[in-house]
This record gives sequence, C-alpha cells and structure tokens, in this order.
Amino acid sequence: MALLKTTPRPSSPHAPRGDDDEYVARVTGHSRSFGDTHVLKSIDLDIRPGEFVVMLGRSGCGKSTLLRSLARLDPSPRAEVVIGGRTSVAFQEPRLLPWKRVRDNVALALLNTTERRDRDRLAEQALGEVGLTDKLGSWPRQLSGGQAQRVSLARALVSNPSLLLLDEPFSALDALTRIDMHQLVIQLWRRHSMAILLVTHDVDEALALADRVVLMDEGRLAHTWQISLPRPDRAPSQPEIAGARAEILQALGVKPLPPNPKRQKQTEQGAA
Amino acid sequence: MWQLLSSTGLLTEDTIASPAQIGVAAGELVAAGTLQSAILVSVQRVGLGFLIGATIGLVTAVVAGLSRLGEDALDPPMQMLRTLPHFGLIPLFITWFGIGETPKLALIAMGVAFPLYLNTFGGIRNIDTKTTEAAAAMGLTWSQRIRHVVIPGALPQMLVGLRQSLGIAWLSLIVAETISASSGLGYMINLAKEFQQTDVIVVGLAVYSLLGLATDSLVRIVERRALAWRS
Repeated sequence: MALLKTTPRPSSPHAPRGDDDEYVARVTGHSRSFGDTHVLKSIDLDIRPGEFVVMLGRSGCGKSTLLRSLARLDPSPRAEVVIGGRTSVAFQEPRLLPWKRVRDNVALALLNTTERRDRDRLAEQALGEVGLTDKLGSWPRQLSGGQAQRVSLARALVSNPSLLLLDEPFSALDALTRIDMHQLVIQLWRRHSMAILLVTHDVDEALALADRVVLMDEGRLAHTWQISLPRPDRAPSQPEIAGARAEILQALGVKPLPPNPKRQKQTEQGAA
Repeated sequence: MWQLLSSTGLLTEDTIASPAQIGVAAGELVAAGTLQSAILVSVQRVGLGFLIGATIGLVTAVVAGLSRLGEDALDPPMQMLRTLPHFGLIPLFITWFGIGETPKLALIAMGVAFPLYLNTFGGIRNIDTKTTEAAAAMGLTWSQRIRHVVIPGALPQMLVGLRQSLGIAWLSLIVAETISASSGLGYMINLAKEFQQTDVIVVGLAVYSLLGLATDSLVRIVERRALAWRS
C-alpha cells in the first residue's frame, strides 16, 4: 500500500494531527559560525509530525551542523531551535558501545525514561522490528556493518521519538544493504509515524524516501521539492522523479555529462 | 639435574642448596610458622603500599582525564615525576621517613602510582568521542556517561597498567625489604644470608615469585571476565 500521508494513530502520544501550525521541530533564523566561518546562515525549517524530510547538500554545506543543533549536541539558542517532542539520533557510524551486548546497547537509551524491568523487553521489541531477534546477546564486534547500523536504528527507535534524526546513516553501507535499509526505514516510519529528518548527499536516496527534499547550499536552505508520488512508484524513469532529479543535480551544481566528442566525430564521419 | 649436581657434590651447599634441602627447609619454616608470618607481613606491606599508590594514580588519572583543567594541572608534574627512577629516591625516603615502614610503603606506592596513572589517563583519553557523543544524544547524564562509557572504555588500558604496577609493587617490596627490614620475607632472606642458609634464601625467592605470579593471574582472570567483549 502506498502511503503518502501518515495516518494519525490515536494511541501514539505524538499522534500527528496534520495542522499546519503543528511541528516537531521549528528552526527560525538559526545561524551558527565557527570562528570566521559562517556554517549556518539564518536557517528556517519546520518539520511537521510524521513528515519525512530529507536534507541534501554537498559535503561541508552545513547539513550535519543543523542536524546536531536539532539533536542538541551543539549549543544552540533555544529560541532559534524549538523541539516539540522527544528526538533521537542515528549517525553514519553505528556508535554502539562495544562493551555492551546488543540488547543492553539498545536498552541504554531508556535509562532515564523507563522502569528498569521494562527496558529489556522494549529493547528486544525494537530489535525485533529491525529483524535482529537472533542477535540480542551478541557483542557489537560480532555484527556486520548492516546489522550494527540496524542496532543503531533500534536504539534510536526504542525511546519512541517524535523526531528521528538520521545523519547519513547508510552512506557507509554497500549498495544492496542500503536498499534493504531504505525499505526498513520506510516500514518503521509507517509503523511509528514519527517525523524523520535524514541528512544525505545521495540524490537517489532522497528521492526514494522523502516527502520533502530540502537542499542546503553554503549554510542556506536553497530549495525545496515536495515529492508526492507514492513510494513504490518512484522508479527513476518516472517523469516526476526524473524531473526532480535533474533539478536537484543542477541545484547542487552537478553539470550534465557533455556528449562524447569521439562518438560525435565517428557519427560525423559516418554521415560524410 | 640440579638435584644430581648437588648430590654428587659438584654444586656445594655454599653455592646453592639442593632441591631436597630446599624442600626440607620450606617444611621447617612452615612448621615453625616463620614463613607464614613473614608472608603475612610482606603481603600487608605490598597491599597497603599498592592501595595508597593505586588511589593516587587512579584519582589523578580520572581528574586529568576528564577535565582539561585537571590535565593542565596534573599531567606535567606526573610526567616529570615518572621519569625519576623511583629506586633512586631510597636515600631521600630514608632521610625523610627513617627506616621504619613508611619509606617501604612510599617506595611501593610510588612504583604503583605512575603506570596506573599513565595507562588510565591514556585509556580515558582514547575513548572515541563519537561514542561519548552518542551517549549524550541518548540523554545520558554526566555520571551515567562515566559509568557506562568512560569506565568500561578505559578499563582495558587500566588493567594493563594494573598488571605493570603490581609487578613493580613486588619489585619495590623486595628492594625495600632487602635494604632494611626487621620482619617479612626480605628480613628472612637477609637473616639466612648471615648464616649462609642458601636453602632459606631460595625458599624466600620462590615465595616472592609465587606471590607475584598469583596477583598477576588474579588480574588476568579479571581481564578475561571484564573484557569478554573484545574476543
């Protein structure tokens, strides 16, 4: 079933109502500089409940800095970055604690929110959702890259966030594992109906996952694309996808490949 | 072979006693209770000296490892002091503390503190900041991060330091007891030296090495348990 809008779930404490006024994160006029370098220049961004936003940009454009502000990992003025609910983060590397078993790594995210007796059960449940029930007692060292990243996702999910921040979580994985992970993220997002902000430099990843693609360029949010096509239909050949892809690449400053001059010469000779 | 050389008289008792004699001597020392009380005194010395040195080493390492200010204040003096060969301080310790228990404890503590400091400090500093950041992102408080990230993260390196410092503790004990002691294993050996009882000297040396081996195995058992995640 294609899901474009997330359906509100009355049971969820963060049930999205769809009001335009509602947001899980509101960034207003947010600027950030390190020394003389202005990394973020007056950013405005609202993330609505249950919305899947993908932020694209070249390396060093400031996208990770913005994510860190939203995760409260950097000191940012509370007025510029307002968070509506619980957030959690998964990073490019899994960042698991190697001295804790998989289950305990996930349960640690519940340390301050959940009674001790419920932590293990919830951690096991979250690991079940990412398909790792058989790895509960493993050490992180024994996992493959994809498995470790799934543990990291489970750890981010287990606290039931209303905003999940994903910082290039799949860029270190091989292409096939990445496709698996895309499907997993979509499944989890549908089931939990939290908002997601995913940061990436992969245009195809953005087009496969996002409700909305925002493009960051030199510390500014330069462009926005709404992708309304249902996810299963997002083949690269689809006009909407192909069109958005071309626009995005152009906005990123990627020039289309010029025609091969050799080939051109050959054709000319053939014509002569 | 040793027994053979001793029995044929090639190896005289003045040089070294035969294994059988050493066995007999050990039996006699145990029967008289001399050995047990000597071991007790020496173990207490090492234990107390180690405790003092380990406390100093660990506390300074934690303070220096967790704060820049602490590092600036503590690391330079620790690095300077550690280059001193601590046995070279014996004359100074005797001048300061006399020839009682204090200089012995000071010598052991001094030998213990530095390897433990260096390794624990290094262990804390080598923890991947990304891991610490992930813990912060999960909302873990400062003390929770110490407990779940810093201590287990620094533990492997700290245990390396612990083994080193235990080795040095025994070495320091032997040196301290050989120089001056009125009780303990070193005293027993010194007394035997006066009477040229090579069998008793060998018993004393064997006990020293067995005790060293015992504490080392103890740490290795702890390592195997606590660091199971690394294998």
